Amino acid sequence: MLSRTADNLFWVSRYVERAENTARMLDINLQMALLPHGKNALEHTWRASLAISELQAKYDERYESVTPRDVLAFMVTDPKNPSSIYSCLTSAREAARAVRGSLTTEVWETHNTTWLELQRMVASDLAYRDPAEFFEWVKFRSHLSRGVTRGTMLDDEALHFLGIGTHLERADNTARLLDVRFHEYEDHDEPDPEAIDSYREFYHWAAILRSVSAFEIYRKVYRDVVTPARVAELLIVRKDMPRSLASSVHAVLGDLSRVSNDRSGETERLAGQLDADLRYGRIDDILAAGLHPWLTQFLRRINDLGNRVSADFLVPLSV
Amino acid sequence: MRVQAFDEMMGANGDVRQHYHGFAKWLAEQSPEVIATKRAEADLSFRRVGITFAVYGDEAGTERLIPFDLVPRVIPAAEWRRLKAGLKQRVRALNMFIHDVYHQQNIVRAGIVPPEQIFLNSQYRPEMQDIAVARDIYCHIAGVDIVRAGEGEFYVLEDNLRVPSGVSYMLENRKMLMRLFPDLFARIKVAPVAHYPDLLLENLRSVAPGGQGEPRVVVLTPGMYNSAYFEHAFLAQQMGVELVEGKDLFVDANTVWMRTTRGPQRVDVIYRRVDDDFLDPLAFRGDSALGVPGLLSVYRAGRVTLANAIGSGIADDKATYLHVPDMIRFYLDEEPLLNNVPTWQCSKPSELSHVLANMHELVVKEVHGAGGYGMLVGPTSSKAEVEAFKERVKANPGNYIAQPTLALSTVPTFVESGVAPRHIDLRPYVLCGKEITMVPGGLCRVALTEGSLVVNSSQGGGTKDTWVLER
Repeated sequence: MLSRTADNLFWVSRYVERAENTARMLDINLQMALLPHGKNALEHTWRASLAISELQAKYDERYESVTPRDVLAFMVTDPKNPSSIYSCLTSAREAARAVRGSLTTEVWETHNTTWLELQRMVASDLAYRDPAEFFEWVKFRSHLSRGVTRGTMLDDEALHFLGIGTHLERADNTARLLDVRFHEYEDHDEPDPEAIDSYREFYHWAAILRSVSAFEIYRKVYRDVVTPARVAELLIVRKDMPRSLASSVHAVLGDLSRVSNDRSGETERLAGQLDADLRYGRIDDILAAGLHPWLTQFLRRINDLGNRVSADFLVPLSV
Repeated sequence: MRVQAFDEMMGANGDVRQHYHGFAKWLAEQSPEVIATKRAEADLSFRRVGITFAVYGDEAGTERLIPFDLVPRVIPAAEWRRLKAGLKQRVRALNMFIHDVYHQQNIVRAGIVPPEQIFLNSQYRPEMQDIAVARDIYCHIAGVDIVRAGEGEFYVLEDNLRVPSGVSYMLENRKMLMRLFPDLFARIKVAPVAHYPDLLLENLRSVAPGGQGEPRVVVLTPGMYNSAYFEHAFLAQQMGVELVEGKDLFVDANTVWMRTTRGPQRVDVIYRRVDDDFLDPLAFRGDSALGVPGLLSVYRAGRVTLANAIGSGIADDKATYLHVPDMIRFYLDEEPLLNNVPTWQCSKPSELSHVLANMHELVVKEVHGAGGYGMLVGPTSSKAEVEAFKERVKANPGNYIAQPTLALSTVPTFVESGVAPRHIDLRPYVLCGKEITMVPGGLCRVALTEGSLVVNSSQGGGTKDTWVLER
């Protein structure tokens, strides 16, 4: 496969995954806004979204204060923000268009239709009139593109590079979500005078679980009350949880081994090492050492893997 | 001036022509609501599939649909056989001409084509002189524009031998019409065209440099912002070959390679949709980022095939055009089966004065123009436009030719006010390799504006499905 083609495929799925995760993250903000809390807590939640995407600085250049409406505008429809849902889905479609010959007609039409419908939704202001409905749409377009991909594409390199893109992005996004939400929880633990404390904690974690479609899974796995330690366990080391770090890294490792070439040995070794750390790691040890430093380290390793994949497969060989 | 045109569907007495009976009967059975729904469906579907094109000079990123009309152009089997024989004859002669130009130039020695027409032509590539190409084939893919005029006789309007486009519309239009109206195809036996990509691949493989067991074919595109990008991607996908850009290829050890996830892979045949000028920055335009440095030297060494060959443009400029009937006589010793449109060369003073005196009745074209740009249709232009064009011609007469304004035939077409006749042309595709092959059909373009004779999509033209009847 052409290196340029592999590169575009990798980015098609990364962008779609990023759009989905952004939609998930913004959706829980809206849900949290429905809970009783003080004004500061609400602003804090929206700030956290910007922090997750590392976009606080870019946002501050353009907007004066953090309001739900402005954050939505910035994260959803702003074409100048390369991480907005609009930019991600547009970039995914552009990348798919560049390699449409390597995608099945169904996959290409899925990305193209998403983009065409997106134009209509942006024009009709749906994202502001009914954001929940819009985020649901983004999620389902992402589900659809993965389903159509799995259901129609040949099990070859193209599929593996799409898979690497999806799972590297997902590992990155889940790690960021955990980092910021735990930090937020530890930071702002003073009880809201008007709220009943235990309720607040439950809703905080329940919303986070829902944002990664894990609330029902949590109940099924633990059959018990929601605690931060278990939330961390589920989303970090449980390899049967589809959006966990363990599951995402394992998927990256699997796809990497299928595209292996004579330069990619070290990349595969590092992916294998990261996979082993998650597979055989214990959540107690991670929490004891401090979640934040551990996640920071994890994000660095994921970023490094992404760069190595680019160097080994995607960036054109020098002659 | 309004010219009475030959209508493909309706005879002069108002009767439906024989070969349109089946379609006319079917159409009469369809309610206007069904037709309206289907038209909207076709539009939506073309957008979803992404069959769009970019218009140069438009806002960046704008993508437009080429309007698709539901009424097909129908060609009876006997008529198609005559056309096909004429097209094969013409392309065979054109190919021999290009070979001759880059070798002995016998046709110049024989005094049939003047030497300045070749050696002073910007499309003449001295780099190709005495270079052997696989099977002596230069125009592997030819798109010949055919019109019907007057009482119904066919004329060749121009030969496109560089990078003729539009074949994807031929294929997609048929697919669309079959999807919208399957019952229509159950009733009328239309010759299929869907095997075109197979013929194309076979054709390209047949011209691989010698000694390659399993030649690797690629399609070279200028990139996704090119107006015909959809077609490039479509053809690559349909043939099951890689769609590459210049930066995906490189030259090493006198061989062309493509960069892949598993290292370099040798390339044998490049179906290039990039103009000569941009193919190799070392040999042609140095500012081109679309090409492959060093490609020309590998090509000249006969270690890679380019389709179409570099320099084939020498045979399709509008001044060479008028020599084609003589080429057929010279190389094949046959009488041409297809007519040429009478053509005046503005480079000749006697013909120039005729053109200047009668420009309001003529079509004037740039010798190297394409896409309907830089031309004047006398009868539909204002006096001021004609006068302005005269000045342009006078300033550089060698750059122009003129032809009588042909009353292009019409086909009924869906327009705002209902169904009305609109002028059309036809571009069949002729593949030249081990043998000359064609699929029965072509791209039918239609000028959607009433009275307009310019069918180019860049000038607001649409397309129709072209049916060749099986009997």
